[in-house]
Amino acid sequence: MGPALAVVAGLLVVWQVGVEVSGVAPQILPSPLRVLEQGWAYREQLWANTVPTLQATAVGFTVSLALAWGLAVAVDFSPWLRRALTPLLVASQTLPIIAIAPLLIIWFGFGLAPKVVVIALVTFFPMTVGLIEGFDSTPRQATRLLRSMGASRWAQFRYVRLPGAMPSFFTSLRIGITYAVTGAIFAEYVGATAGLGIFMSVQKNSFRTDLVLAAVVVTALLSVTLFALTFLVQRLVAPWSRDG
Amino acid sequence: MGEPKLRVQDVHLAFPGLPVLDGVSFDVAPGEFVSLIGPSGCGKSTLFDVVAGLHRPDAGRVVVDGRDATGRVDPFAYMPQQDLLFPWRTVLDNTALGLEVAGVPRRTARRRAGELFGAFGLAGFEGARPAELSGGMRQRAALLRTVVQDRAVLLLDEPFGALDSLTRADLQTWLDDVRAGFGWTVLLITHDIREAVRLSDRVVVLGPRPTRVRCEIPVDLPRPRPQEATAAAGAVEAEVLAALRPG
Repeated sequence: MGPALAVVAGLLVVWQVGVEVSGVAPQILPSPLRVLEQGWAYREQLWANTVPTLQATAVGFTVSLALAWGLAVAVDFSPWLRRALTPLLVASQTLPIIAIAPLLIIWFGFGLAPKVVVIALVTFFPMTVGLIEGFDSTPRQATRLLRSMGASRWAQFRYVRLPGAMPSFFTSLRIGITYAVTGAIFAEYVGATAGLGIFMSVQKNSFRTDLVLAAVVVTALLSVTLFALTFLVQRLVAPWSRDG
Repeated sequence: MGEPKLRVQDVHLAFPGLPVLDGVSFDVAPGEFVSLIGPSGCGKSTLFDVVAGLHRPDAGRVVVDGRDATGRVDPFAYMPQQDLLFPWRTVLDNTALGLEVAGVPRRTARRRAGELFGAFGLAGFEGARPAELSGGMRQRAALLRTVVQDRAVLLLDEPFGALDSLTRADLQTWLDDVRAGFGWTVLLITHDIREAVRLSDRVVVLGPRPTRVRCEIPVDLPRPRPQEATAAAGAVEAEVLAALRPG
């Protein structure tokens, strides 16, 4: 944490001094202090737009998690499903979300639904793959041992494959959660009634660069907080997996 | 000799284009310790899979206590080369795993495993994580997990292969001791001639792949056997080595 904060502080100082010395217009590049000051002045609006983004992230990510677990477990139990679904999973990642997001608005309107779809689309893949690979990381010898104990496929899953997948799952959860917030912002940017994404879009159109950046700061804080939360969850759920 | 505990009878197995077992037959008497030794790649592990019921043979039978046990896992407790203690379980929970898998209630499983901790030199480590144990202790925990399942025959697949030689020698002495107390019937795979002679009542020598039993060498040495090499043990080792040599 220490070195990261030092680098951020250093960059902010360079930015602040650079803006003051060059006298660049705040519409082009506001100073960090101005971003902070204006962000604070608009805190109520910012907060009012943060809540829907958080909501979309929470709902979208929950859907994505359920989807990832459902698919990964199904694939783990059925070689047929594995062969059937793997190409589809990969294909889903080649969808140009930029082009599809506006269509989602047309199909699902300005409400929660299109955001949930975008978030699920960008986050379910890394988590599904993380889980599938986690299950598959079970050593062959461990499977042999369990079979020699008379374990059914389900018992093998419960006693070895599932717990063994936890480190891999939490790694992919961290990747997913960082995409989730950006996904929500992106979906809102394309069209929404409220949210940090649409807030940025509106402020950009009225040349309030400082407020756009203030919203970026809020986004970053959200992502970092959620990211940190995954370590907490990991400590609670799988304290023995110590890559966190 | 009376009825054997385990009888392996003319077992054949081939993988596509690769015959592995070519009529393997041998017996293990109740309470007997038998080692299987053979050139590397001869199919020892495949034979173990067949005996353990993990792989069905193309032909031949595995018989335990006079009943056909071909393709069945329940007469056997299997101990693999790696200890395979799982980091998400405490040492006690790891040793109780086999019982739990077999449907024994968790509390009973833990109690039964816990009762053996003293004899296995693990007392006080019930709540520890496997990573906190030394290599020798981990192997003892893995063996405890194996024997507590209370199966008819113990199958040990190079259980000490990954240990340093000092730990290995100590564990061999220890295993020889506890086995006498419990009266286990053991089939051990090893590639270590000294280990085979040290521990066994009889050594079964396998030929190269496709493998069959070349000869059986009884080890008539008094117990407890010393860790140090003796002339008598050396003579048996030489006999095993000669039997392993091609031709």
